[in-house]
Amino acid sequence: MAKQLYWEDVEVDSEVTPLAKVASSQMLVKWAGASGDFNPLHYDEPFAAASGVQKPVVHGALKRQWLIQLMTDWMGDEGALKRFSCQYRGFDYPRLMKTMAEPHEGDTWWCKGKVTKKYVEGDEHCVDCDIRIENAKGEVTTPGTATVVLPSRG
Amino acid sequence: MLPEEVSKLIGRAGDVQVFQVEKEPIRRFADAVGDPNPLYWDEEHAKSSRYGSIIAPPGFVSSPWFSRPKSGAPASSAREELRQALQKAGYTNPAAVDAGIEYEFFCPVRAGDTIAFTSAIKEIVEREGKTGKMAFIITETRYTNQNGDLVATARGTSIQR
Repeated sequence: MAKQLYWEDVEVDSEVTPLAKVASSQMLVKWAGASGDFNPLHYDEPFAAASGVQKPVVHGALKRQWLIQLMTDWMGDEGALKRFSCQYRGFDYPRLMKTMAEPHEGDTWWCKGKVTKKYVEGDEHCVDCDIRIENAKGEVTTPGTATVVLPSRG
Repeated sequence: MLPEEVSKLIGRAGDVQVFQVEKEPIRRFADAVGDPNPLYWDEEHAKSSRYGSIIAPPGFVSSPWFSRPKSGAPASSAREELRQALQKAGYTNPAAVDAGIEYEFFCPVRAGDTIAFTSAIKEIVEREGKTGKMAFIITETRYTNQNGDLVATARGTSIQR
């Protein structure tokens, strides 16, 4: 386990530990099954084309969970996610599969974040962050914000 | 101008729906995300944590699974009524696109919890985009647990063209 992050360890402009993700067609199938989102936009080529997104796209809610993981990994077991938002601004297209388990070489996405504010609200030690997913070209497809409550050394 | 059969659905709340939080669906969810956090996977780790048991990842409660009709009967939600009204009003794109979400989380969701939730259509805004008109649909959902505690609220935006 990573060591616990404390409120005192964080400063404005501190970076959230980045998280790398690879979207594959297999991951999208797993996400559809696990979440119950069976919108054909995410697996059916002609349907995706008719909907104006060219080809099957990564689910917004899967990208949301990547960003939530970015925060829960960083805040540790003693942290709590208090507020979270994200906007799906750009479409992301998954890698196709090369073997039963491995996708082809291709794009990697990076979830990143930066602390924008640090404060105490009631008895909670809070940290606000700007967060984002960058595609392989470094373009932000999914910006957002998050507030976590961290333990304090008191 | 939104046609009356669309605008009349603003403020419409769906029925209260209820589901059980179970360990295996939590694990399938975490596996699909690629999230190995032991709070979702490891009984012993979770037991010795401040939560005392396996928890669900934030966001788990919004899985579309939980708003599906239990019997497999066709959906009769406010959302489905809205989809049909928008189709009639010329929004013929086959799929609505998810545009974003805002959450507030108030307390953890543990395996074994019973969650009740209800969604309401809060706003529908028409805009003229590059590729024709778009309807922004804003839906609010409130989740409570078996103790009556508010667990989370979600405000989602989807776009229908």
